[in-house]
Amino acid sequence: MKLDLTKLKLRKVNETLQSIDPKKNNKNYTILNPEGNHAICAGLIDDIDVTVKGHVGYYCGGMNQNANITVEGNVGTGVAENMMSGKIHVKGNASQSAGATAHGGFLLIDGDASSRCGISMKGIDIVVKGSVGHMSAFMAQSGNLVVCGDAGEALGDSLYETDIYIKGKVKSLGADCIEKKMDNKHLKKLDKLLKKAKLDKLKSKDFKRYGSARKLYNFKIDNVSSY
Amino acid sequence: MCGIVGIYLKSKKFENDLGKMLSGMLINMESRGPDSAGFAIYKKEKKDELKYSICINNLPFEKFKKDISKKIKLTKILKNSDHVILSSKEKLKKVLNILNEFKGVSLVGFGKSIEIFKQIGNPKEVVKKFNLENFSGTHGIGHTRMATESAITTDGSHPYSTGSDECLVHNGSLSNHNNLRRNLTKKGVNFSSENDTEVAAGYISNHLSNKKNLKETLKKGLSDLDGFYTFITGTRKGFAIVRDEIACKPAVVAETKYYVAIASEFQAMAHLPGVNMAKIFEPEPGIVYSWGS
Repeated sequence: MKLDLTKLKLRKVNETLQSIDPKKNNKNYTILNPEGNHAICAGLIDDIDVTVKGHVGYYCGGMNQNANITVEGNVGTGVAENMMSGKIHVKGNASQSAGATAHGGFLLIDGDASSRCGISMKGIDIVVKGSVGHMSAFMAQSGNLVVCGDAGEALGDSLYETDIYIKGKVKSLGADCIEKKMDNKHLKKLDKLLKKAKLDKLKSKDFKRYGSARKLYNFKIDNVSSY
Repeated sequence: MCGIVGIYLKSKKFENDLGKMLSGMLINMESRGPDSAGFAIYKKEKKDELKYSICINNLPFEKFKKDISKKIKLTKILKNSDHVILSSKEKLKKVLNILNEFKGVSLVGFGKSIEIFKQIGNPKEVVKKFNLENFSGTHGIGHTRMATESAITTDGSHPYSTGSDECLVHNGSLSNHNNLRRNLTKKGVNFSSENDTEVAAGYISNHLSNKKNLKETLKKGLSDLDGFYTFITGTRKGFAIVRDEIACKPAVVAETKYYVAIASEFQAMAHLPGVNMAKIFEPEPGIVYSWGS
């Protein structure tokens, strides 16, 4: 089913996609002429496939549950923000805060993601084929961030328990973020994520793993007088 | 918030459509700035002649024309809504002094090729009022304002121009503008408002007048201007964008064979010809991107 944003209002398009009748069984949707509109495909709850033909604005696929969204273009700030499950595949570049606060699901970005990619992520898996900008995985709590290119300044600042895998160079690490040993468990996990992103040709051993030194967020009895 | 837009033509193909392209960009940025709007257009220059963009507010045009003609030898005077474009071969300093003494009018810009129009109101109304669609030119810059730092007035609207053929639009807010304003005033830069962006414009003018080029100036600005900003700035032959190191304020660039378009959000440029085939990227923080010279 084709939904043309030059003919239909954005609210109508989102309402249609948010209220799928499972008996009708129409599971494939294409959005035409997105023209940079914000909040396209926000709040989807059903297991449907949506392809967006063009560039979109902010918060595309926000709060997604179950839907499989493909954007054939670039996305603005906060793609997949607070995603719970499902998959979002961006064929172009992503602006800042991609996958912010997302609890689950899979976000695949073919191009680059700019600053604060995976900020405060809470369980999502993010794979970026290109590079990520500064302050990526800032205060990231759980889930995995895989970057096949480089990472900008202050990677993983104030990090909790997210695992970060970077293939290229890291400009600098943020507070409490350190390089960690890549053991078998991590290699396997990374292999699985690369396979999911159809990046089987990349070798997990070429990546480096970064995580929290756990010095910043753990309560220390020595510091009790500071609180 | 605020929306900023700019377009720089790399070839002559779209010169007659420049106003139309910029107008659409401004209207699409209404959501980021509904309080006031403004734009600067660079047109072909005339030798030995300077153009002055003046907002005459409620002053009747005929009266202004009559009064100003007595004091300045004009080559042309054109009315566009409550703005006037005045052309003269007289010395810049003389004209500026006369306009300064003129009550009820404000100079919004001057130069060989620049024309600036800005006014309070919704961007849709502002572009219609000045007939932006009918403008032609080589490059243009525009702004839609959501007022935060100072009042909703014509003087508080962007673009700001503090030097010949220079203009600046800004999304963000500066935190050290009072200090900078004092320092620049000592160096002879004049300011007409309390606005933070005007200080940044003055800073750029001051550097350019010291024979620094636009790119060098903006690079230096990264360490001297403190605050949040995405700036788009224009000179007679140049066009540039810079974002502060934190890059909280958005920007997107679309470059094709024929033009470079910059906007706060992609939706501002979704109507531009061939934009879906353009090279689209987000300018990196703390890097100056410039075109022309």
